[in-house]
Amino acid sequence: MNRLLALLGTSAALALPSLAFAAGVDSAGATKQATNLPAIIMFVVFVGITLGITWWAARRTKSAAAFYTAGGGITAGQNGLAIAGDYMSAASFLGITGLVYGSGYDGLIYSVGWLVGWPIVTFLVAEQLRNLGKFTFADVASFRLAQTPIRTLAACGSLVTVAFYLIAQMVGAGTLIQILFGLDYMYAVIIVGVLMIVYVTFGGMTATTWVQIIKACLLLGGATFMALMVLIKFGFSPEAMFRTAVDVHPKKLAIMGPGSLVSNPLDTISLGLALMFGTAGLPHILMRFFTVKDAKAARKSVFYATGFIGYFYILTFILGFGAITLVATNPEFVADLKNPIASIKGGSNMAVMHLSNAVGGEYFFGFIAAVAFATILAVVSGLALAGASAISHDLYASVFKAGKANEADEMRVSKMASVALGVLAVVLGIVFQKQNVAYMVGLAFAIAASCNFPVLLMSIFWKGMTTRGAVIGGFLGLISAVVMVILAPTVSCNVIAGLTGDALAACRKSTIMPFDNVAIFSMPIAFIGIWIFSLLDTSKRAQEDKDGFEAQYIRCQTGIGAAGASSH
Amino acid sequence: MSTVITRVRSNPKFAELVAKRNSLALSLTIAMLVIYFGFILLVAFAKGFLATPIGAGLMTWGVPIGLGTIVAAFVLTGYYVSRANAEFDTLTQEIVEETNR
Repeated sequence: MNRLLALLGTSAALALPSLAFAAGVDSAGATKQATNLPAIIMFVVFVGITLGITWWAARRTKSAAAFYTAGGGITAGQNGLAIAGDYMSAASFLGITGLVYGSGYDGLIYSVGWLVGWPIVTFLVAEQLRNLGKFTFADVASFRLAQTPIRTLAACGSLVTVAFYLIAQMVGAGTLIQILFGLDYMYAVIIVGVLMIVYVTFGGMTATTWVQIIKACLLLGGATFMALMVLIKFGFSPEAMFRTAVDVHPKKLAIMGPGSLVSNPLDTISLGLALMFGTAGLPHILMRFFTVKDAKAARKSVFYATGFIGYFYILTFILGFGAITLVATNPEFVADLKNPIASIKGGSNMAVMHLSNAVGGEYFFGFIAAVAFATILAVVSGLALAGASAISHDLYASVFKAGKANEADEMRVSKMASVALGVLAVVLGIVFQKQNVAYMVGLAFAIAASCNFPVLLMSIFWKGMTTRGAVIGGFLGLISAVVMVILAPTVSCNVIAGLTGDALAACRKSTIMPFDNVAIFSMPIAFIGIWIFSLLDTSKRAQEDKDGFEAQYIRCQTGIGAAGASSH
Repeated sequence: MSTVITRVRSNPKFAELVAKRNSLALSLTIAMLVIYFGFILLVAFAKGFLATPIGAGLMTWGVPIGLGTIVAAFVLTGYYVSRANAEFDTLTQEIVEETNR
């Protein structure tokens, strides 16, 4: 509930409350529930099946290509589902439905932002990545540039993005599981960490892909069923559903239009830029394009993914309104029927969970709780694999061993890196338990949009980019995004100073960096940095960088010479 | 490899492929930017319009416009993919065959 109040109360900024939904659940509002047996049984079944798949995948994961890309043998349809499974988080599922429950239309505004990055991925990077790269997006960025500096930059960009994304997911996961399953936060975080390590270390990309596919099917299936049940109650008339919702909701007609979500247009546009271009810079998403056999399959897979993700966000809107009509009217789910939105049991993130109980009973609730857990596992596994690849393929094999590492060593390093990342994720999840981590997903997107994306895009399309320009511009984007977020109102006033009340409001008005979303500044810094420092670069290396563009461009456009699928 | 580069470069179909694909990708990217940021600007500056009922019922203009933005993202992606699957892949195939001949 804290976040909803924050949403209503904070006129200063969009990002603090809204990003809380992205990041997951505010741990302060969570109360541990009684142990939920049906949920635990269904979750154990899910884990059993995925461990079986991991065992099967492990026997096929003998080469680096199998580990990083499942041998390139994933079909476009499978990859589309896996991308959707990689991207649709439990936080979106619970958070956006909770936002619709609390504010109605604002939830739709928010969910639109999470989809619009996908067309950009299709138009600008998906095919190009598949034609130029092998395992990581650094393969593409360093195609014609100097390996060591570019891979170092790409690995830094990837690891920082993954780290912030992962912390937010782990803290959200721990809190959520605590609410849904009645497990202790600490155990919840450890279970997520251990399963993630097992999937990634033993089953590599094959196991991760199948965990994501299964999760996507379960989530889409479960959400579809709930939406149908809601619509059936209203005879498939949205008008009837809106009528009941407006009657029930304390905000009445206001839920049918924009509320307080967008109070600062520039801040919102800045968030929009980060979401739009950051998606095309998320290492765990970009990595998925190497798992299919060619550029055509890569582009088809983003098309399918866009369809699944868009459909999912449309469902969240229906589910949120369904919760207003079915949850807010039921004393089983709300403490005070006179004030049902504020008094929902377990906080607004529980809206869709209560809805599952209302339309499908206790066992369906258990199923949806298990789906939420599975959703977290699929997302963190994708992140861990991307982080491990940056360490083993980019840093170890290409930087430390200068491209002379043998495959067995590289795979050993990637597995060690997966374990290390898993342990780190658990530790950070515990360290940040009581912290406000809401800004971290936004920061991850801002960094992806200000470091990974500019370097990738310019390396593909601009002949004039040199190694020096890319490194300086990329690091400028990365560092400026991080520094500006630290100076921004949410981190400097809420998180670091820990202010509340009037002191908080005063502090938020007086920060050097006025917006919580920094991409509107850090993206231009990166692009202009790349441009200027490439133009000024007259080194011998710069000439080699430009000379290499022709061959890269032809391969990028036609796929001649692209790494083929190494099926088993 | 260098002969491949020269052969592809000198093939007029390569210039055609690049020009067509890049211009489509650029125009669709701009279209998506305009649609999404147009929506955000409506939310910021035309709240009243989005909250206006379409007809006699409760459905406001904001609902189809918001859902339409999601659908537009999907349709634009689909349009790019269908053009690429048909037109660009055929051109690419011809370039590859003519290069290897």
